[in-house]
Amino acid sequence: MKKFLIAGALILLPFTAGAAGGHGPALEPANIDLKDKASLQRGAKYFTHYCMGCHSLQYMRYNRMAADLGIPEDELQENLIFGDAKPGDLMTNALREEDGEQWFGTAIPDLSLVTRWREPDWVYSYLKSYYVDDSRPYGVNNSIFPDVGMPHALINLQGIQKPIYAGGHGHETGPQHVVGLELVEPGELTVEEYDNMVRDITNFLTYVGEPYQLERRSLGLYVLLFLGLMFILAYYLKKEFWKDVH
Amino acid sequence: MNAQGVDQKRRRTLIAATSALGAVGAGFIAVPFISSMNPSAKARAAGAPVKADVSKLEPGALLLVKYRGQPIWVVNRTPEMLDALPQNDPKLTDPGSTVPQQPEYCANPTRSIKPQYFVAIGICTHLGCSPTYRPEFAPDDMGADWKGGWFCPCHGSKFDLAGRVFKGVPAPTNLVIPKHKYLDENTILVGEDDGVA
Amino acid sequence: MSSDTTASAAAPAPGGLVGWLDKRFPVMSVWNDHLAQYYAPKNMGFWSFFGSLALVVLVLQIVTGLWLAMSYKPSAAEAFASVEYIMRDVNWGWLIRYMHSTGASFFFILVYLHMFRGLMWGSYKNPRELLWIIGVIIYLAMMATAFFGYLLPWGQMSYWGAQVIVNLFAAVPGVGEGLSTWVRGDYVISDTTLNRFFAFHFLLPFVIAALVFLHIVALHTVGSTNPDGIEIKKGPKGNKWSATAPADGIPFHPYYTVKDVMGLVVFAAIFSLVMFYAPEMGGLFLEAPNFQPADPLKTPEHIAPVWYFTPYYAMLRAVPPIAGSQFPGVVVMFGAILIMFLLPWLDRSPVRSMRYKGNLSRFFLASFVVSFVVLAYLGLQPASDLYTLLSQIFTVVYFAFFLLMPIYTKLEKTKPVPERVTA
Repeated sequence: MKKFLIAGALILLPFTAGAAGGHGPALEPANIDLKDKASLQRGAKYFTHYCMGCHSLQYMRYNRMAADLGIPEDELQENLIFGDAKPGDLMTNALREEDGEQWFGTAIPDLSLVTRWREPDWVYSYLKSYYVDDSRPYGVNNSIFPDVGMPHALINLQGIQKPIYAGGHGHETGPQHVVGLELVEPGELTVEEYDNMVRDITNFLTYVGEPYQLERRSLGLYVLLFLGLMFILAYYLKKEFWKDVH
Repeated sequence: MNAQGVDQKRRRTLIAATSALGAVGAGFIAVPFISSMNPSAKARAAGAPVKADVSKLEPGALLLVKYRGQPIWVVNRTPEMLDALPQNDPKLTDPGSTVPQQPEYCANPTRSIKPQYFVAIGICTHLGCSPTYRPEFAPDDMGADWKGGWFCPCHGSKFDLAGRVFKGVPAPTNLVIPKHKYLDENTILVGEDDGVA
Repeated sequence: MSSDTTASAAAPAPGGLVGWLDKRFPVMSVWNDHLAQYYAPKNMGFWSFFGSLALVVLVLQIVTGLWLAMSYKPSAAEAFASVEYIMRDVNWGWLIRYMHSTGASFFFILVYLHMFRGLMWGSYKNPRELLWIIGVIIYLAMMATAFFGYLLPWGQMSYWGAQVIVNLFAAVPGVGEGLSTWVRGDYVISDTTLNRFFAFHFLLPFVIAALVFLHIVALHTVGSTNPDGIEIKKGPKGNKWSATAPADGIPFHPYYTVKDVMGLVVFAAIFSLVMFYAPEMGGLFLEAPNFQPADPLKTPEHIAPVWYFTPYYAMLRAVPPIAGSQFPGVVVMFGAILIMFLLPWLDRSPVRSMRYKGNLSRFFLASFVVSFVVLAYLGLQPASDLYTLLSQIFTVVYFAFFLLMPIYTKLEKTKPVPERVTA
C-alpha cells in the first residue's frame, strides 16, 4: 500500500515545480463561482450587451449556453440573441478581422478561450485597471495590459480612474510603474456594483472557456468511486492468488 | 495442481466478481466512444427544424426548403388539384396511405395537416432521385389522365399531388411526409411536431 | 472446462472451439508460452508494473487518437477550431480529447519509470542488449510521435514549438537549410507541414505497436529479470507448477495478471484524478498559450517544449554556439538519447542489479536521475545566465553517468550475489 503512495508521489512530483511562476503586476482574485447560475446569467447578459459588438465567442452555441445556464428559450431569443441568429448557432458577430486592425491596430480577439490562455483573475483585474492616459489613441491605458488597443467599453459604468505612481509624481510614469488607481470621477455604478458586474463577466467567460467543467468534475467523482470498488476486489484477488507464492 | 489449502470457491468468486465489475467498467468506457459517433451539436444545429413561410406561396406553386440536407417540398394546392386527387385512386399502389410513410396525422386522403398545403420530402422512394414537379393537368408527355404530380427522371416513377405512387412504376411506396407542424396560420415548422399536430 | 487437472505441455489437445482454433493457429502454445507457462521471477515486485501499464496507455492512445481523427481537420485554417469543436460539439469529445492529452504525458511518465527500473535492475546487460535496444527505439518513436502530435492543435505553443525544433535541422552544416525546408515542405511551418505531421502522427503509433511486439518477443526469449538481477533460468529447477521450470519462477498467469490488474486500477485512479480535476496539470500537460490559435507573426513571450522533451531542450541551450552554429548543441541533444544505445557495453560490472553494485554506481545513478529532473525543470524556464550555467553543469552530470560507467563499474567493489532470489 505504502508503495502505491510513493509511486503516486513520484509520478506527480515533477509537476509541482512548473505550476508556479507568473510575472507582471499582481492580480486581484476574481473569486468566481461556476455554480452561481444567477451570476452566470447576468454575466451572459452583460457580455452580449457590452462586449459582443466586437468580441465573438465563436466556439460557443447559444442553445448550449441557455441550457447550461438555465435560461428559458424565449428569454434567450429576446434578450441575448441579436440579429437573426438561430439558437443552435455559434456566438459569432459580423465584424471582420480587418475592421479591428483598422480601428485598434490589432485583430479583435475571440474570447471563447480567454480564461484559458489568461487566468480568470487576469480578466477580472484587467477590466478593473483602466486609467486615463492622454498619450494613448483612446485616452485610456491599462496597468494590467500596458498600451492596450481596446478602449474602455465600461467607462460610463466604472467612472474615470487616475494612476498612482511609485515614488511620487513626475518621474517613472507609464503603465509598468502604476502601483495603484484612484477613482477621480464616479460612474453610473458604485465601486462595489462595478466589481460585481466584472466578476459576473469573468465568471461567465470562465464558463465559456470550458463549458463542461462542472460535468467533468462530477463525473470524475463517480469514476473514482467505481475504481475504489474495483480496487478492493482486485486487491483481494491478488492477495488470494499470491498465497501460493512463497 | 497443488490444491492443498487453496480455497477454490473463494478464488472463483473473486474472479467472477472482478471480471463482472471489470466488464461493467468496460461498458461504461464504451459509452462515450459510441455516443461520440452520433450527430454532434453542430450537426444537430444544422439539422434543426426549419421554418417555411407559405404566406407568399402562389396557388399551385412549390416552395423548396432544405432540411437535413434533403429537399422538402411545400405545395399550395388549388381546389381543382384537391378535387382531382380521388380520381387517381384506382391507379395507385397505396391510395389509402396504409404503409407508414407519413406521420399519423397525415394518414388521410390529402396526406396533409391542412388540405391546401402539402409537405413532403422530395426524394423518390425508388433510388433517391428528386422527382420533377409537373403540376399541369394532362400535358402531352404525361397523358390525358395526368392530374398533376411528380415525375422522376431517373427511372420514370410517378406520384400524384398527394405524393402517392402510381401502379406499374419502379418506386414501391408513396413519398415520405416529414414531421411538421403549424406555428401560426402561414408558418410551417418542418422536422418537429407535437406528436399529434 | 476439460477434466484434466495437470495443465502441462503434454496435456491432451483441447476440444471445442479452442481445439478447432488450435488446429489452425497456435492459440494454446501462445497462451502457454507467454502467459500460463511463462515463468517470471516471483520477486519482481512494485517496479514491474510500468511496462504493462505503458502497453495499456499505448492502446488508449491509439483508440482515443482514432476517435479524435474522426472529427479533427488537419488544415491550418480549421485545425484549431476543429479541436474546440471536438471539445464542445462532439458528444463526449472533451473526455476523449482529455484522455488523449493526459495519456500522452502519462505514457512518458510510465516509460521513464520503466527505463529507470531497467537501470536499477541492470536489465540491459547480457543477454538483454537487444531487448534494451528495441526499448530505446520505442522511446525514439514515441518522441517522434509526440512531436508530430503536438503540432496538431495548431495553437501558439504547437506552432512555435515546431518552428524551433524544425529549425534545429537547419543547424546541420551544409545541408541544414534545405533539410529544414524539406521537413516543413514550405519556408515556414504551414498547412503543408501540419498535413504531413498528421499523417506521421497517425502512422507512428502502429510502428510503436509493432516494436512493442518485438520487445515482448525479445523479453520472453531471454526471460524477465528481477531486483536481484539473478538469472532464474540458471538456478535450480522445479516448482509447484512444473518440474522443469525455474524454481524461483511463477507462471505469469494468473499471478502477474492479477497483480497487474490491481496495478492498473490504481494507475487508472491516478490518471482519472489528473484528467478530471487538473487536465492542464498547471500548464504542463496543456500549455496556456496553446489556447490561442497559431499566429505566424507573433511569438508568445515564453516558449518551451512539453515537459517530456525539456531535459534535452535544456541541454541544447546549455551548449554555446560554436562559430555561430547551433550544431554542437544539436549534437549534444541527440547524443543524450543515442548514448542510451551503448549502455549494455558501457556497464562493465560483474553484477547486474543496483542491489549488489557498489556505492559509486548508486551515486552515479542518483546523480543521473537528479540531472534529468533538474534539466527538465530548467528546460521549462526562460533562459538566464544562472540557468544556463546550471544546465551546463547538469548536462555534464548526465553524460558522466554514461561515459564514466566503464570506469566506475570496474573500480567499485560489488557485493556477492546470492544463489536464489530474495523476497
